[in-house]
Amino acid sequence: MYDLERIYRAKGVADAIAALERDPRAVVICGGSDVLIRIREGKLAGRPLVSIHGLPELSEIRLEPDGTLVIGPAVPFAQVTGHPLIQRLVPALGEAVDQAGGPQLRNVGTIGGNVCNGATSADSAPTLLTLNAVVELTGPQGVRRAPLAEFYLGPGRVDLHPAELCTAIRIARADYEGFFGHYIKYAQRNAMDIATLGCAVHVKLNPEKTAVEALRLAFGVAAPTPIRCHGAEAQAADHRLDGVLLDLVGNAAAAEVNPRTSWRASREFRLQLVRELSRRALAEAVRRAGGVLDA
Amino acid sequence: MGIGTSINRVDAYEKVTGSARYTDDLRPKNCLVAKVVRSTIANGLVKSFDLSQALQVPGVVKIVTCFDVPDIQFPTPGHPWSVEEAHQDVADRKLLNRRVRIYGDDIAAVVAEDEVAAARAARLIQVEYEEYPAITTVEQAMAPGATPIHAEKPDNVLAHTSFRQGALPFDQAAAQPGLKLVEGVYQTQTVQHCHIEAPVSWAYQEKGRIVVVTSTQIPHIVRRVVGQALGIPWGRVRVIKPYIGGGFGNKQEVLYEPLNAFLTLQVGGRPVKLELTREETFTCTRVRHAIRFALRTAVTPEGELVARKCVAHSNQGGYASHGHSIVANAVNGYRHLYRERDALELDAYTVYTNLSSGGAMRGYGIPQIDFAMEAHMDDIAQALGLDPVELRLKNCMRLGYVDPGTGITCHSTGLEACIRQGQQAIGWEEKRRAYAHQTGPVRRGVGMAIFSYKTGVYPISLETASARLVLNQDGSCQLQLGATEIGQGADTVFTQMAAQTIGVPEELVQIVSFQDTDTAPFDTGAYASRQTYVSGMAVKKTAEVFRSRLLEYAAWLLRRPQAELDIQKGQVTDLEGVPLLPLEELAMNAFYSLERSVHITAEETYHCKQNTFAFGACFAEVEVDIPVGKVQVLNILNVHDSGVLINPKLAEAQVHGGMSMGLGYALSEQLLFDQNARPLNGNFLDYKLPTALDTPELQAQFVQTWDPTGPYGNKALGEPPAIPPAPAIRNAVLHATGVAVNSLPLNPQKLVEQFMAAGLISEGGTEHV
Repeated sequence: MYDLERIYRAKGVADAIAALERDPRAVVICGGSDVLIRIREGKLAGRPLVSIHGLPELSEIRLEPDGTLVIGPAVPFAQVTGHPLIQRLVPALGEAVDQAGGPQLRNVGTIGGNVCNGATSADSAPTLLTLNAVVELTGPQGVRRAPLAEFYLGPGRVDLHPAELCTAIRIARADYEGFFGHYIKYAQRNAMDIATLGCAVHVKLNPEKTAVEALRLAFGVAAPTPIRCHGAEAQAADHRLDGVLLDLVGNAAAAEVNPRTSWRASREFRLQLVRELSRRALAEAVRRAGGVLDA
Repeated sequence: MGIGTSINRVDAYEKVTGSARYTDDLRPKNCLVAKVVRSTIANGLVKSFDLSQALQVPGVVKIVTCFDVPDIQFPTPGHPWSVEEAHQDVADRKLLNRRVRIYGDDIAAVVAEDEVAAARAARLIQVEYEEYPAITTVEQAMAPGATPIHAEKPDNVLAHTSFRQGALPFDQAAAQPGLKLVEGVYQTQTVQHCHIEAPVSWAYQEKGRIVVVTSTQIPHIVRRVVGQALGIPWGRVRVIKPYIGGGFGNKQEVLYEPLNAFLTLQVGGRPVKLELTREETFTCTRVRHAIRFALRTAVTPEGELVARKCVAHSNQGGYASHGHSIVANAVNGYRHLYRERDALELDAYTVYTNLSSGGAMRGYGIPQIDFAMEAHMDDIAQALGLDPVELRLKNCMRLGYVDPGTGITCHSTGLEACIRQGQQAIGWEEKRRAYAHQTGPVRRGVGMAIFSYKTGVYPISLETASARLVLNQDGSCQLQLGATEIGQGADTVFTQMAAQTIGVPEELVQIVSFQDTDTAPFDTGAYASRQTYVSGMAVKKTAEVFRSRLLEYAAWLLRRPQAELDIQKGQVTDLEGVPLLPLEELAMNAFYSLERSVHITAEETYHCKQNTFAFGACFAEVEVDIPVGKVQVLNILNVHDSGVLINPKLAEAQVHGGMSMGLGYALSEQLLFDQNARPLNGNFLDYKLPTALDTPELQAQFVQTWDPTGPYGNKALGEPPAIPPAPAIRNAVLHATGVAVNSLPLNPQKLVEQFMAAGLISEGGTEHV
């Protein structure tokens, strides 16, 4: 039995925005895998809900004519993973969201909810950051776009204005074409767990596959928000594929991130994971890209 | 058919199809809902409440506080009552407590029309406290000037016991020339049972009595404690126990039934349900005690144990519950498993703190001591350069051992055979050799551990059990017990026992699964791995009487001497097995004969004055990913001597469940508290109970001995499987990495820290030592 004042099932995006404008206390609910927990904990108890669950305009994955991949925020994780466009263009993203929770969670939890929840541990976030994802936000004042990296403001806080909805996650062609990725979720269990650290890599090799052309490296739980490591990326650019590359990237990333000590894990432990997982994720992404380390 | 066959569980169909009825399934529609209001401090005193806002919430029926309950302190552990005052359990809590002793203590309760109203009101209750510093550790609790958590124990020490045996004091024995002294401090963590069904009960009044329907392992004890807590005659209380979704010892405790019974009285006898959330279950019921063991052992170079010393400190938490019994059992287990030449010294302390209260949990102190003792045995083996298996074989308990503390005797032992069988199955010698000198970031190891475990609680406590058999017209019968099915398969093995002893197929024995204390024979319930042994004796005795009554009637009917008759496969036969009379015909005559009508029944009590040891060993093979601190269990095998197996498939399932519990204990589970004793991770996201994907194939093997004291040659099996996996895995990690981890769990952060300290991880490089 959940303590909610009422639930309004929106007929469309405009209708949802209007409903949110009418009642500033209202909370958006989609899959419910975060919101229902907060209601149960008492943090959102007794509030009115506006449901965007199942709105067709938010529930598709498509390709625009210029090659931009558009992911509807209301698409559940399991459907992201299973979608042919995801599997063809950004398979690492599908693999990343397939590591959230368990099968039941992945059938209700959505990729948009994962992002808007603002958690640094979101399993979609590091991979989306390495794909330079842009969020499309629709509100009473119209539509705007923001790079995901700027959308995150702090722990549990995102740049959503009052009565605004995330209406798309966009990835430009140049940000996925030629890139090969890998995500390592490091958790205490092999399922049903929150990341102690998440590490995403996308790498593009030179045409000879002997050196890095471009590296993108991002982490979850290594800072108050999901974080890109531009310094490590710059050091890897044009570097040949060898063990030195792995050391370089791991150490640079460890110098760039800022994990905190909590009862879940210490800063020192997370730094060790940053070093080690950077190496492992990069090595796997290079392998997928057809490169051979120490060739 | 009969003992030793793997018949299907008698409750399998109901449980698989969902038609089995649990406490909440039986709740009437008009049931009110209660919610406990919990303290937001761990140590202090409630000064006052402001209920004004909470009482305004629509749907609230009644709010009671710690100022409204009877001034009666009562005990909660599921022990048999003792008629001797000195042996009675510690009575240290009231229905609601003004003196707050844990974070989340029960200080008030709301009764409302539904859960939402109850939760809203509970959130609106304002409480004023007088707060004292929170005590989280044994050291803080025992420090001079520490706030007494209970006035009755001003030094916070609930109990301290000592035991000495041998020709010499420890220090003198250990100082003899030529001995090696090995020392270690081993610390176990707080864990919780994590049974699927949360504690739940509902209570109402009927004809001036209180009826409590509850998910419990111990219905007859619940009746007694509800009577004690409310100060009413015990016969005014009726307890009904439906199917239950797991207990593991947490429901060998009278948790919220007394409060539930009190609350129905506050609302004119209307039914009131009290169900805990998972978060409340984690920290406001009972946990496994965290215990620190300081062990010292003097040993000859050949590995003969000469002198042993164990000092144990058990963190009790806020309330006594099973209290000192746990650590006392732990140090007794230390005394039992190995023998020493000259000296043994045991000291055990149980100390109140403000953490969640420790109570009974599968293994009752033995998983804790087994981690310490078996880690220590590997440390000794390493110090002497001996094989851990051989060191254990040289020193472990032998047939005929009599414990000087309790008189418990080793009547049968397959311990050595369990060790040899496991050693063979895991490929011990090859793997110990192959993994001896590894380098690189990923390394493998094998480790092992053994244990002994008593069967039931005699002679520490009373062991008594009763059973009833009632004949039906078609020759079938009902078997009724006070012993409880809690998921372990008790109903099935009792059915097999009765069928075997009467001489009928299992289909003719219908067990009554629910206990109702008004009608169920007396038995103290499911705990201490006692039921197949103690309650099994009651089943056997009752079935023998029942059988002889059937034969007596058959003899009259057939006009033949009773001594020439037998019952086989549901037929009265002659001694050669030739059928003479179907049981159905016998029963129809017994019911309806105009000449001699008698309802054939039997009801007997077995007062058990015996005990015996069960044994076993665990062998584990692990792969350790050093840079990220992860242990993967590649292979794990428990080999058990539990005497004769009544139902081998159920026995195997029991071992699987225990090993799963042992794996979590070894690698991931730990209930955490902050410095204010506030729980940090009492939920299934943050408390790392292993999932199916974390669990390797669990291998169970048995060495079947025949124990002369068991009703059918059987002895304890319920708890033992959870005992040895943690030390076996710790010892395998030691073998793989050379790093001896002396605290549980072996979780990744701890391993990374210890691997760094040992120089196995070097910062920022590919070099792995």
